Amino acid sequence: MLLVLGRRLANVIPTLLAVIALVFLLFSVLPGSFISGMNEDGRSTIDPAVMERMRKEMGLDDPLLERFGKYVAATVTGDLGTSFRTREPVTKMLSNRIWPSLKLVLAAMTFAIAVGVTLGFLAALRPGSWIDTASMVGAISGLSLSQFWFGLMLMYLFALKLQWLPSFGYGDGGLRHLILPAIALGVGPMALLARTTRAAVLDVLNADFVRTARSKGMSERRVVEWHVLRNALVLVITIVGLQFGSLMGQAVVVEKLFAWPGVGSLMVDSVFQRDMPTVQGCILMIVLFFLAINTLVDLAYVVIDPRIRYQ
Amino acid sequence: MTGPLLKVDNLRISLAGDGATYSAVENVSFEIGRGEAFGLVGESGCGKSITALAVMGLLRRPLSLGGGRIVLDGKEIQDASAAEMRRLRGKRIAMIFQEPMTALNPLSPVGKQIAEMFVLHEGMGWNEAMDRAEDALRQVRVPSPERRIKDYPHQLSGGMRQRVMIAIALACGPDLLVADEPTTALDVTVQAEIIDLMAELCAAKGTAILMISHDLGLVANMCKRVAVMYAGRIVESQAAEAIFATPSHPYTRGLVDSLPRLGERSKRGRQRLREISGVVPSIAAYPAGCRFNPRCPSVTEVCREVVPEATPLPAEGLVRCHHHG
Repeated sequence: MLLVLGRRLANVIPTLLAVIALVFLLFSVLPGSFISGMNEDGRSTIDPAVMERMRKEMGLDDPLLERFGKYVAATVTGDLGTSFRTREPVTKMLSNRIWPSLKLVLAAMTFAIAVGVTLGFLAALRPGSWIDTASMVGAISGLSLSQFWFGLMLMYLFALKLQWLPSFGYGDGGLRHLILPAIALGVGPMALLARTTRAAVLDVLNADFVRTARSKGMSERRVVEWHVLRNALVLVITIVGLQFGSLMGQAVVVEKLFAWPGVGSLMVDSVFQRDMPTVQGCILMIVLFFLAINTLVDLAYVVIDPRIRYQ
Repeated sequence: MTGPLLKVDNLRISLAGDGATYSAVENVSFEIGRGEAFGLVGESGCGKSITALAVMGLLRRPLSLGGGRIVLDGKEIQDASAAEMRRLRGKRIAMIFQEPMTALNPLSPVGKQIAEMFVLHEGMGWNEAMDRAEDALRQVRVPSPERRIKDYPHQLSGGMRQRVMIAIALACGPDLLVADEPTTALDVTVQAEIIDLMAELCAAKGTAILMISHDLGLVANMCKRVAVMYAGRIVESQAAEAIFATPSHPYTRGLVDSLPRLGERSKRGRQRLREISGVVPSIAAYPAGCRFNPRCPSVTEVCREVVPEATPLPAEGLVRCHHHG
């Protein structure tokens, strides 16, 4: 268990370095900077001397490698720099945003697992039945929907027409504001989980050891409880992990749409203004989340599958 | 009680596919006495494994019971309800499968997989059942069973896994053990150990064995009587010694001739082993008449048109051939 954890953590550092480097490169080829952006919005003109001073202050004229080195050195000490836009430390901005983001992602994943895995199981236990057909049609639709359109439809139906739930915003941070964005974000993973669970359970139901279980005189219910569930879970967890990890990144669209004050919407705003330290911070956060979930999934395998412990 | 332990009478197994229904097995009849070892021999695809599954009531789509009777201890079980069959399976008829690699649940300790039998059929709690599982492992001669019950299948060798399968099958002292190619996936040296173990334990408990194999030699060693299946039908059944001495069906003769025998070379000189030419026909294309006719060395016109009846042999047994005797 510790070995797996250690090996995982050793992978985190090079991954983070690579991500930071990639973002630096992308920004260096992106036209414009924070300062030119301020100048070009048509409303204001900045004195070239002031611009020059700001560029120096923000270190925008330094060579790419030097800036990269400085950033990495600062990051190691926990300093993610200061936002160009708000002049606040990026760590402080992120700490305000991370909880709403986590809440949204956790709620979306809970919805996806609860509905997706249940539907997949029911479908697999009654292949060809109405519930199988219905849930698989639902899953395909869920996979094909765009979050953006689906989110708008949810708003239209539940906020505008039925007026059951608020259409956007964080509110007081309660459940009512969370439901619609969580469903909009969770519908994709839910659909994928339904399909994967169905396939996994069907696969396990055809396994030789399930035939052995039946030959022991077990009821079909016991066969499923004692032998099918755990084996199917190994496959399902893989998909849960992959979806869960990337969900914070995927949340960008939903956060913007529902004006949810999370990391994703902060990142989009910062990109538009070329607020590089903030963008870097957001991306780091999203990547860290992905890596953390992946590590948890690896640990979960070790708990569930005895074969992995000894390899 | 009198009468045979198991009587299979005119069994037919249907295979649904491609919009048509085929008979994967037909006219299969045999009897097994209490404590008797009976062998069912044939090539892959001849229907021997599905015959075993039919006895267990474990046929699944696209296979289904097409007709005939299966009588266990005087009671017809071919139409038994699912719940009735569950009470029989494991308790009175148990089964060992070919692949010990995949026949055990990889995520469950072997002790627990044995203990399930006691929980299911004897209403024990898990603690007591685990103690019994340890005893069961000791009986199949797994070394240090107290440690092994906690092992997972991947930590055991193929032979050990098959011992676990035997422990599971014999846990509740069944009347009949169905062994479907129990040694095919094992090393030759391990094969002999497993067969001996099975024979010994079954003899001690008075358990009858339905032994299914493609290996005529192995079956003849272990069983008193042997039936040979070809393309879904039993073509010959005889006492085990007699089948080597006087094989009556051309297919059985072919099987016997294709076995290498120790000491034969000094008598007959160096020669190639004989083989049966051709392959088993596919189920959708069984030939009319005798199904062995395309591969038979002594085929005549009647073989291509008329299905041969089962004819009694002089001593004991049956043969399905127009040309026997």
